[in-house]
Amino acid sequence: MIEIKVDEKGFYGNFGGAYIPEMLHPNIEELRLNYEAIIAEPDFQETFHSLLRDFVGRPTPLYLAERLSEKFGAKIYLKREDLCHTGAHKVNNTIGQIILAKKLGKKRIIAETGAGQHGVATATVCALMGMECTVYMGALDIERQRPNVERMKILGAKVVPATSGSKTLKDATNEAMRQWINNPVDTHYIIGSVVGPHPYPEMVARFQSVISAEIKAQLLEKEGRDYPDAVIACVGGGSNAAGAFYHYYNDPRVRLIAVEAAGLGISSGKSAATTALGTPGVLHGSKTLLMQTKDGQVVEPHSISAGLDYPGIGPVHAHLFESGRGEFIAVEDDDAMRAGIALSRTEGIIPAIETSHALHALSLMEYKPGDVLVINLSGRGDKDLDTYIKWGKY
Amino acid sequence: MNRLKRLFEHKQERVLSIYFTAGFPAKDDTLTIMQALEQAGADIIEIGMPYSDPIADGPTIQESNLQALANGMDMETLFGQLEEMRQTVSLPVVLMGYLNPIMQYGEERFCARCQELGIDGLIIPDLPISLYLEQYQALFNQYGLSNTFLISPQTSEERIREIDQHSDGFIYMVSSHAITGAKASISEEQIAYFERVAAMQLKNPRLIGFGISDAYTFTTASRYSHGAIIGSAFIKVLAGSRNLEADIHEYIQNVIKQA
Repeated sequence: MIEIKVDEKGFYGNFGGAYIPEMLHPNIEELRLNYEAIIAEPDFQETFHSLLRDFVGRPTPLYLAERLSEKFGAKIYLKREDLCHTGAHKVNNTIGQIILAKKLGKKRIIAETGAGQHGVATATVCALMGMECTVYMGALDIERQRPNVERMKILGAKVVPATSGSKTLKDATNEAMRQWINNPVDTHYIIGSVVGPHPYPEMVARFQSVISAEIKAQLLEKEGRDYPDAVIACVGGGSNAAGAFYHYYNDPRVRLIAVEAAGLGISSGKSAATTALGTPGVLHGSKTLLMQTKDGQVVEPHSISAGLDYPGIGPVHAHLFESGRGEFIAVEDDDAMRAGIALSRTEGIIPAIETSHALHALSLMEYKPGDVLVINLSGRGDKDLDTYIKWGKY
Repeated sequence: MNRLKRLFEHKQERVLSIYFTAGFPAKDDTLTIMQALEQAGADIIEIGMPYSDPIADGPTIQESNLQALANGMDMETLFGQLEEMRQTVSLPVVLMGYLNPIMQYGEERFCARCQELGIDGLIIPDLPISLYLEQYQALFNQYGLSNTFLISPQTSEERIREIDQHSDGFIYMVSSHAITGAKASISEEQIAYFERVAAMQLKNPRLIGFGISDAYTFTTASRYSHGAIIGSAFIKVLAGSRNLEADIHEYIQNVIKQA
């Protein structure tokens, strides 16, 4: 079996690297040279884990969903990242990066956000640490995600609209990178997913890997073995999936099921299913699979879920796809919405619409009766109430 | 011999390089703008290859990129527009753009086409020197294309030396506030940076590429380097122009007149 591991230049197989303007070299190099050593410091580990425990509320439960299990004829566990403070897994990464930024002596934090979950998680840790915070958000997303914009402002962050291009996540990321180029010395950029130039994809995955570390311990206790037959997670950029897969990357007993957003259908022209539609290219500092025209222009994605509405995918996922280690499934808007409603009624949990995509994978994938399946329940649905209401079929 | 090298052999000061985005303001303006630049007295022409996600560019150039794409520009259209350029344009011509469209076109096919059309060099902001040395240097050399790197006040001396060693056109100096975009003046901090790099005695000529918009900023920058690059300010001239030839002529003449 192929080994899933980042090399010293930041590549996972053919994907990754650091395709950055020279102006960002000092920042990226500073991170690359220091992050592993800083993360390894006992002091860092102590702060990180105590904040995850006391501030975020970890470990999150691994919940055996009995009625769902009965419905599908498998033993289905939900990893309850929706119970994290701020409502999703995103905060695991922002806690890690804010401690790192402090250790690097940075004074200001910038971040990009799509639906606003990463923006809220960043604004939260900046408030916690007393650091200045600016979040770049597509002008269109600001309109669509008003409550999260207000949450960030309440937490003391400045929200700046990205007004170029499609005015969504991709453009917010462009804008954050530009601001970093303009403020290279005192500013740390907290990227929210396993994307961007090396070392970001691996660093973010390391912070999120607490998810699979906990799954291992919890399964051992509940099942007498520390691995499931499959882990299922949704993938936009892919940070929750990377965290849930991390400690199983190289365990051949565990199937890794990555669920992308098919939007209105893979061939509808309104989709975000990057592995189905993408070809190798460079975006936001790394080589990965990318939805693009023949001429290399990045194509606008579509998904009902703002968190999956991204034209690329983390390089590790591009490698999982190309190597065949990961199984990729695309789920359409309507099917995801129905799966979200179904979980609400079967288990009393309203999931984020991103997560609903992973839930629908149960209806599309094959498994043996009695298989142990872990679904990473990456976020809760509070932020999506408007989308549920507009969709209306419940 | 590469036209860039020939230029710097006989001109070491007040070299004026002008950037514009291909296909802007209208799709077929490319050659008209190039001819007007040559007649008006520019020294180097930098043609931007439009890209959907230009992360090292400020708002003016971003907008021109998006407008050019909306006008229907693509790589093949650009090469078509440049097919006959060497019949009327003798200045050095450099293509500037991001790596992804070049990768999709095919790197070798791209370089071969550049050589065939008489392109002298490339500026690719998201191609770092390590990847250039590993994957692109031999190819660019094979097709006679100079490669230009950017440096900023944060670039270490060691790295500037490395970049100088592997550059064969000119070095493009940007500031810490480095996103392209015209600024009104040049600060003392920036002048200290110009002087520091000037004192390094690099083998390549240096052009200063930010905040240059008029005769004053051009003259000031030229005092500390071999010349300067104008981008955003020129795009603004194009955007507001009803007569490209006349407006380009007037603007360039105003910039290069001795104060």
